[in-house]
Amino acid sequence: MKRSRIPLLTTLALLLFFYVPIIVLVIDSFNGSRFAGTWGGFSVKWYAKLLQEREIWQAVRNSMVVAVAATFCSTVIGTCAAFALHSFDTRLQRVHNMLIYTPLVVPEILMGISLLLLFIGLKIPLGLFTVFLAHVTFCISYVAMVVLARLQDFDFTLVEAAQDLGASNWICLRRIVLPLLAPGILAGALLAFTLSLDDFVITFFVAGPGATTLPVLVYSMIKHGATPVINALSTLLLAVTFAVVVIAQRLAQEKHT
Amino acid sequence: MNDFLEFKNVSKRFGTVQAVDNVSFSVKRGEFFSLLGPSGCGKTTLLRLMAGFEQPDNGSILLDGQDITQIPPNQRAVNTVFQNYALFPHLTVRENIAFGLRVARRPRQEIDAAVTEMLKLIQMEDKADQRPNQISGGQKQRVAIVRALINRPRVLLLDEPLAALDLKLRQRMLLELDLIHDQVGITFLYVTHDQGEAMSLSDRIAVMQGGKIEQIGIPAEVYEAPKTSFVASFIGDTNFVDGTVTALPMPNYCRVRVEGLGEILCYNDKQKAVGDRVNLSLRPEKFHVTLEQPQEDARLNVLRGKVENIIYAGNHTRFWVHIGERRIATYHQHRRYHLDEKPIRWEDEVWVWWDADSGYMLDDYAPLLEERGITPPPETIHSANGKEQRI
Ligand SMILES: Nc1ncnc2c1ncn2[C@@H]1O[C@H](COP(=O)(O)OP(=O)(O)O)[C@@H](O)[C@H]1O
Ligand SMILES: [Mg+2]
Repeated sequence: MKRSRIPLLTTLALLLFFYVPIIVLVIDSFNGSRFAGTWGGFSVKWYAKLLQEREIWQAVRNSMVVAVAATFCSTVIGTCAAFALHSFDTRLQRVHNMLIYTPLVVPEILMGISLLLLFIGLKIPLGLFTVFLAHVTFCISYVAMVVLARLQDFDFTLVEAAQDLGASNWICLRRIVLPLLAPGILAGALLAFTLSLDDFVITFFVAGPGATTLPVLVYSMIKHGATPVINALSTLLLAVTFAVVVIAQRLAQEKHT
Repeated sequence: MNDFLEFKNVSKRFGTVQAVDNVSFSVKRGEFFSLLGPSGCGKTTLLRLMAGFEQPDNGSILLDGQDITQIPPNQRAVNTVFQNYALFPHLTVRENIAFGLRVARRPRQEIDAAVTEMLKLIQMEDKADQRPNQISGGQKQRVAIVRALINRPRVLLLDEPLAALDLKLRQRMLLELDLIHDQVGITFLYVTHDQGEAMSLSDRIAVMQGGKIEQIGIPAEVYEAPKTSFVASFIGDTNFVDGTVTALPMPNYCRVRVEGLGEILCYNDKQKAVGDRVNLSLRPEKFHVTLEQPQEDARLNVLRGKVENIIYAGNHTRFWVHIGERRIATYHQHRRYHLDEKPIRWEDEVWVWWDADSGYMLDDYAPLLEERGITPPPETIHSANGKEQRI
């Protein structure tokens, strides 16, 4: 029997399509020349330059603060929402369900504008706090969806078994439910973290003057002409994201066996 | 002995389904008590009421004289072995077994000693540090049982604990359960739809149907003296014969005219009078099927019929004999083997005879079975040893 090579070839083509731009970017960040087209020898000077850019570090700090805070809040709220959605099936719950899904399909630009109008209407000064609020809003939906999927195949007789053996609600939650749902909650949190970290459109609308996050800064830098510093920055971001994903997968696998 | 566990007029309704319908029964201390009935008859609901996962709409549950109806499940001195085991997948075998004591905040040494003892009881010391997904079904079952036993509950509830195991394992676990019950001396409330399991394990059996208990008794009682046609057909296999009393030829016996079969004599323990309708359950193994005519005996019913179907199974043979307009299922245990004995063949004219004492009068009538939406399982023949055979 002869096996077709088409699946292999399409897979390779797809991988190339996805990763060539990223690989080019990474290589370019080590390019001694200022121009992407010409190779000026291996160099880390863009990284060195990156270290000196105060503006960039301020943006990194902003991004991190917002991402960590938004991840924490949206994970807590989203997990609670998932529990609520899972345990009751009333008409109100169906509305709730719909409301959770909405932010996933509403165009980002619409969310950005509406949040901006809301903040202005409520006279909340634009700044890191409004960015944080905006990020929590859409991250909740993603966390809730991921956790809800896990809850759907959670065996609730385990909770009854724990109660039967004398466990209080709190012990059930701490010893049985949370440990078993941890991979799902962690996955939701990581999704929220990455979404918050690289959100541009919504942030662009609700960020005040002093609250520039990394994606917004990169955008404004590119507007003033592409610089290899951005390549270095992106490479670092890539490395961090990659590390986080690998660690998360390790954790999830450990829980399962 | 006094009643240890008592259900008093307990009812539970789910929407339009009356899952448990005014059930009362009591279990003695240390007893192995089974709830037996077809799927959907309310066994699990009764068990969940006992464990505290459901609240009854009516009635009360008493444990050792104390009303426990309002006590939440985590404060009842009752533990459950769940049908799907419900072992905690993220904990090791040892941690699973220790869970009840850990939650009760017992001292470390005590927990370790108790867990070790339990592991020894189920001979799984070498598996103590494995996760539930690394052990076999029978082992999971055993862990589930000792996990529920470690808090020394006053009653152990078991919901079809053997249903998920294959036949061989089921038979071994049956013996093991019996042994564990003897060793720990705890009251067992056991739920099953398998009459063989219930018969071989239980001190007493409650046969359930449609949320109600139809009969409670020791295994021999529910088998030999079934109260209703449902009990007669659910436990073992039987022939229903209904007719009208025509005469009372001697004390305690009556003659019954059976449409399409003839006149038969039967023991009249219900004190029926001439003209009363009766419904008899005649177990297949009570019949004799022979080519020779039996000797005359006043208390013997002797009928003539034609063999319609034979299933030979080594240690026994089943004959289906056409008598008049009826078909009687019989079961013949092979006790001796004569090379020169003339075997009974299909279409043979045979004598079918049985002792008048062997029939048992039921409280209801077989035709009522269909009215109540119950169809006796005619194509499944249960033999006394619990094996099933499809015909
Ligand atoms: N939580 C529930 N909600 C609705 N109906 C239920 C629930 N639990 C049981 N029932 C119904 O009650 C009846 C008895 O169920 P159950 O006690 O599980 O029977 P068994 O264990 O004898 O098979 C069934 O008709 C079942 O559908
Ligand atoms: Mg059940």
